[in-house]
Formats: sequence, C-alpha cells, structure tokens
Amino acid sequence: MATVTRPLPGQVVREHRSAGLWGDAWGRLRKNRLAVLGLIMVIILLFLGIFGPFLAPWPYAYQDLKAVVAGGSGPLPPGTPGHPLGTDQLGRDLLSRLLDGARISVSVALVVQLVILLIGVPIGALAGWFSGRLDNLLMRFTDIIYAFPDLLFIIILSVVFRETAFGRAYDGLLMIFVAIGLTSWVTVSRLVRGQLLSLKETEFVEAARAIGVQDRKIITKHLLPNGVGPIIVAVTLGIPGAILAEATLSYIGIGVQPPRASWGSLINDGYKYIRSEPHLVLFPAIAIAAALASFTFLGDGLRDALDPKLKGKQ
Amino acid sequence: MIRYVTRRLLWIIPVLFAVSVITFLLMHAVPGGPWAREKQLPDAVEARLNAQYGLDQPLYEQYARWAVAFATGDLGPSYRYQDRTVNDIVADGFWTTVQLGIMAFALSVIVGIPLGILAALGHNRWPDYLTTSVSILGIATPSFILAIMLIVVFSVQLGWFPTGGWKGPEYWVLPTIALAGFPIAVIARYTRASMLEVTRKDYIRTAHSKGVRNQSVVSRHMIRNALIPVVTILGPTLAFLVTGSFIIERVFNIPGMGQFYLNAIATRDYSLLMAMTMLYAFAVAFLNVVVDVLYAYIDPRIRYS
Repeated sequence: MATVTRPLPGQVVREHRSAGLWGDAWGRLRKNRLAVLGLIMVIILLFLGIFGPFLAPWPYAYQDLKAVVAGGSGPLPPGTPGHPLGTDQLGRDLLSRLLDGARISVSVALVVQLVILLIGVPIGALAGWFSGRLDNLLMRFTDIIYAFPDLLFIIILSVVFRETAFGRAYDGLLMIFVAIGLTSWVTVSRLVRGQLLSLKETEFVEAARAIGVQDRKIITKHLLPNGVGPIIVAVTLGIPGAILAEATLSYIGIGVQPPRASWGSLINDGYKYIRSEPHLVLFPAIAIAAALASFTFLGDGLRDALDPKLKGKQ
Repeated sequence: MIRYVTRRLLWIIPVLFAVSVITFLLMHAVPGGPWAREKQLPDAVEARLNAQYGLDQPLYEQYARWAVAFATGDLGPSYRYQDRTVNDIVADGFWTTVQLGIMAFALSVIVGIPLGILAALGHNRWPDYLTTSVSILGIATPSFILAIMLIVVFSVQLGWFPTGGWKGPEYWVLPTIALAGFPIAVIARYTRASMLEVTRKDYIRTAHSKGVRNQSVVSRHMIRNALIPVVTILGPTLAFLVTGSFIIERVFNIPGMGQFYLNAIATRDYSLLMAMTMLYAFAVAFLNVVVDVLYAYIDPRIRYS
C-alpha cells in the first residue's frame, strides 16, 4: 500500500529546485558586490558606446574656434559654457571626444573578442577533438604565437598597413581589431582544447556514448554547456587587455588616425598641456581606468559564479 | 631533468626562426625603404646603396644572409646610424632595459607577495581591503597613465625626481614604480587567493590541532605552500616587464632598447628592427622556460615531461 504524505493544513511546502546552471550562477553573481558594480559599469559603458555620440553636445572633430579665441587661445577649462569638460587647444569639445572614445573602446572590446573567438575556438576545438598529431601541430603553432612579443607585432603590423586601404578602414580601427585579435587568440584556443580533452573523458560523456547518443548531440548537449563557462570568463577577462592594448597604441601615436581620437590618443595630445590644463589627461585616464576595472570586476565575478570550485584562482 | 631543460631550450630555436621569418616578411612588405629622406636621393645613389647593402637581391637570399650572420652573432650594419653597427646600438640600450626590468621585477615581488600574504592573514579586515584597493588601482591603471601621474605629482608638483632621463639613481625611481605597478597588483591578488586556498587545507588543520604555534603554521606551512602557484604568474609578469619597459622608456625618455624600436620601424632600419624583435622574442621565450623549470624544481609533485 502506498502511503501518500500530504502537507498538514497550514504547513507550507517549500520546493527546493535548482535554478539550473545559469540561474545558480546568476544567484551567486548577484551576491558579489564588486561583480554587480562591474556589471553596472559595463552596461553604462556599452550604453555610452552605442548612444554616446548622439548625446554628445558637439561632433568630435568640430573646432569651436570662436570660444578658443575668446578664451585667450589655449585649451578651455572645464565648466566653460557649452563645453562642460572644456576643450583642447583646437577648441574640440572634450566631452564629445570622450564619448566618441567610448564608442571606440566598446568596439575594440567587442570586435577583438569576436576575432579571438573566431580564430581560437575552431583551432582549440580541432586540437581537442582530434587529439594526436593535429593536436601536436596546432599546439606547437600556438607556442610560436605565444612567444611573439605581442605589442611589437601589433606595432609592426599597424605600421606596415598604415597607408593601405585596410589600414585606413574605419579610421584605422579595423587594423587594430585584427592585429590585437591575431595576437591574443592563443589563450582561448588552449582553453577550449583543455576543456574538450577533459570533458571527453568524463563519466557522463562516456555514459552518453555508451547508450548510443550521437556525436552531434554529445557536443551540443554535453560538451558545449559544460565548456562554455570558462570561455565566457576568458573572453570577459580578455576585454581589459584589448582596451589597454588599443589605448597604449593610440598613446604612442599608432592606432586610431586623427581627427578621431581614442582615450589613449587624448592622453597623448593632452600631455603637452599637463601643467596648465591637467583635465585634458585626467578625464580620459579616468575613463580608461573605469573601463578596465569594470570588465575585470565582472570577469572575476563571472569566474567565481560559474565555477565555485575555482574561486579565487586564475 | 637535463633532458627536459635541453628540449625546452632547443624548442626556442624554431620559435625564433618563425618570429624572424614573420618579422622579415612584414618588414619588407612596408612601403618605403631605409633611404627615404625628406630630400629624394638620386636613383643612381639609391641603387648603389641597395647594392652595397644587398637590398637588390631576392628576399629569400637577403633572409638567408641575415640568418647566417645572426647565427654567428653579427647583427649587421644599421641603415640609419651609418657609422654604427647594430651590435653597438643594442649593446648601448640593452643593459639599461635589463636594469629597469630587474629593478621593476624585484620591486613587484618585494611589495606584491607581502601585500598578498597580509591580505590573506587579515581576511575581511583592513589589510585585506587595503590590498584589494591597491590591486584594483594597479590593474585598472595602464602603465603609461601611472607614469604620467607619477611625473605630474613627484616631478612637476613636488620636484623630488627628474621627469626623464637615465643618469643616476634618482632617475630610476619613477620609471621603476611605473613599470612595477601592474605586476604588484597581479602578484598581490594571486598570492592572496593562493594563501586563502591553502588556509582551508587539511594539513593546516592538522598542524593547528597538534599544537604548532600559529606563527610557525603561517611561516612554515602556509606561506611555503601558497607561494608555489605564485611562481606560475612570474612568467607572464616577466613577459609583461619586457614589453612594458618599451612604453615606460618612451614616457621617461630612457635610452634603452625600446627607444630605438619605434625609430627603427619608422626609418625602415631593417637590421636594427630584426635585432630588436629577436631579442624581445628570445627574452620572452627564455624566461618562460626558466619559470617552468623553476616551478618544477619548487614543486616536486610536478614531473618533467
């Protein structure tokens, strides 16, 4: 005879249900204050990157010469009417240029990671899935890329293609995307390979094989959901690196071509006036620091949330 | 052990070969040549110069000649500084760059590791918050921005240190700090995480329960074990210092190798550019081997294979 337990009148039954991999991860992420801060900052940055130029008071290259002459021909200080953050020595509005710089940084952040995924995931997956000779070959290849001093490679590449149509495309940004992407995909491909190698040996994959699940289904139902977490983390934590590389290149005068300016080139331009007008360096520096910090916080939080075992490790 | 090290060291050769081929091809793909001046040289002069330096020969031949000379330690003549060989130029800047790198490395280890240990011992109290803030700042501040801020505060405002150059110890302070900022943050973070991980281990509980004094648990069990994984990030740290010094040298106007690098690209000084790239690539590859070997040496659980 089956006994059915039913709740007593007035007893509250609380069902404990797991919210699933992503639900659990979101729950953990929400409790991490730094990660939430990072997420909010990332959302603001994305918003500014997409809509900033529409909100900007002036076009980024517009020179308000009248105001500059009236102000004694030099950079205008913050708080000047019409120019809340002041202007550079050519009368270009700093706020508008910062907002355009946000768009550049956001596009660097996203496009470079896309390039990295497009190169890194297939190579890593091939190496991991067909282990053996191909694996060996591909991994030796990543060794070479890894040993290449990446900043130097990006600089050579940018200089080589600077005068070509490719180098000028999208104000020189296309070049930067590709160059940074080409030097940074190795981490992701090694990660994907390692994930595949270890997941292939797990019991649940073996079990799925044993009951005759097709390869395609094993990949989509088992390998991908289990392997995608670390890749998301690596991509998020790779973003600050890409933003930093772009800022550094623009700072040394390679990269975005004038009159467009990224945060790095704004710092380079403003450095000449550092004694009298430190805001020209200060504001872009704050913008870069905020962007780097936001993605680092979010990436750290995601890592802890997606894999609690790895908490605190790299 | 010796076999492992030898194999790893030999592997550097194909890596350098690949780097040299890629750089060589890229470099010659750049429009313009080393003789481009504001005033166009007469064609005959240019042709004679090309012949003199072997630039009129096919690329693979030029590469072969370069490779043979490189293997024997001859880096070739500089195209831009015509009275000097590349060996002289590299020798001039090399030690400055190495000195800057070593000082920054020492500073980041000396500051980063204790910061991380203190943070873990004072977990969720002020030492932890201090370390976390320092590492957030360090990670969020690109080295060139840190360099500019240091110059503004300590050279321009306070006048304590010179703004640039490399003539004595007072010139070394700001560049070293600027270069070490990021590694300090990374090392501190990593040490802290590693220490917290070790704190939860069984052998720590055992040590405590058999009555070992807290101080010796920390110094003999925790720190020694926690530092093992930290060695792994020293590799990326060294690689960062190698390429990072290049930006710092530029900001502080330091006559190291990095200074010549951009000039070499801009003036198409082929031999100088090749030499610089090879040196950087070798430094990165070699330091990686050193760190891997060191790691295996410190942690006997890791086998050389």
